[in-house]
Amino acid sequence: MSISIKILGTGCPKCNQVTAVVKQVVEENNIDATIEKVEDIMDIMQYDVMSTPAIVINNEVKIKGRVPSVDEVKDILANKEVKDSGDCCSPSSSCC
Amino acid sequence: MFDWIQDFANWLVYDTFGMLEGAHLAEALNFFIYDSIKIILLLVVIIFFMGIVNSYFPIDKVRNYLSRNKLYGFEYVMASLFGVVTPFCSCSSVPLFIGFVRGGIPLGVTFSFLITSPLVNEVAIGLFIGLFGVKTTIIYVVSGVLLGVFSGLILSKFNLERFLTPWVKEVLAKAQREEDAFIAEKTPLLKRLPAIWNEVLNILKGVIPYVLIGLAIGGLMHGYIPEGFFEQYMSKDNLFAVPIATIMAVPMYMNASGILPVVQVLVSKGIPLGTAIAFMMGVVGLSLPEAMLLKKVMTFKLIGIFFGVVTLCIIISGYLFNIII
Repeated sequence: MSISIKILGTGCPKCNQVTAVVKQVVEENNIDATIEKVEDIMDIMQYDVMSTPAIVINNEVKIKGRVPSVDEVKDILANKEVKDSGDCCSPSSSCC
Repeated sequence: MFDWIQDFANWLVYDTFGMLEGAHLAEALNFFIYDSIKIILLLVVIIFFMGIVNSYFPIDKVRNYLSRNKLYGFEYVMASLFGVVTPFCSCSSVPLFIGFVRGGIPLGVTFSFLITSPLVNEVAIGLFIGLFGVKTTIIYVVSGVLLGVFSGLILSKFNLERFLTPWVKEVLAKAQREEDAFIAEKTPLLKRLPAIWNEVLNILKGVIPYVLIGLAIGGLMHGYIPEGFFEQYMSKDNLFAVPIATIMAVPMYMNASGILPVVQVLVSKGIPLGTAIAFMMGVVGLSLPEAMLLKKVMTFKLIGIFFGVVTLCIIISGYLFNIII
């Protein structure tokens, strides 16, 4: 199931850094995701974010106001995949 | 505290490179090596510490606090203080402005935050301590906060809501005042450290090139410009120096990191500290790029009033500085 990743930012260098980090993680790990850059202030405000850059994953704001490390992004995306897979034998379930 | 760095610089320049103490290039190089090492160390420590503090005061919590607490005038002080611990990227100024106003925080209070935030930040503090010493740094921080408080107070008297752009008014009308349940982050301190450290490295990466350039220029000036050179032109008695310096500074925007080393050398060569600080505040606190960004939410008139009031307050601070120090 494709993960939707949105990067919120008006185009300053930090926002580009975030895009680079996210792209790197997605490519290196072959993650099924769409990356979208949101630059319009009106749209950014829909997420009630006050400091850009921000990363929104599957419509949840995950990172605000800073450039995360590659590992951090990897962790967040990994958690997303586990949650959405519907697989009952995911680490977070207790049935096994 | 920093003697060991000076000893190292002396050893490197005079003993290892064999340069003559007092020679222009030797002095310039010594200054550069000593200050670079000292400042980079200070920056690492201070940015890291501030990062930890800031981790416990994310902007949502700040807004939450400011909108919910009746502080009877103290909200301006709180807003300014929060501005100190919150990193400020000018590209965030619009989302931040809207976020605050939408959260019900009065315009004057929002301005207090917006004014102090770029002015007093961990990079400026680190550089100030390294270049001017702790006492001057404390004065700078206090005056930065007071500047924010008073400017915010003055601006609140102007009834500025009418000068917001139609676009922003529309946005605010549409936005629901959700009772934003602020979800506190429960991560323990140790777990937060890697992210904070990562941020330290990011900030350093962005700032150090400018600092080194500023120090290089400062070093050359230090070595080649004679003492007291500027005194003839810009003594404390020259009443026009402060306003001229400030007004020149406002349209400029240079990273504080690049400008501060140069300012320090200017001061050591005879420019009064107050004039130099007014200049620095003008450069860092107000800028053309920021004005362009704010145009989305503020009409020209509002930006004009905003910049005008802050410029005036900076000029007054400059005079006061010259008198006090």
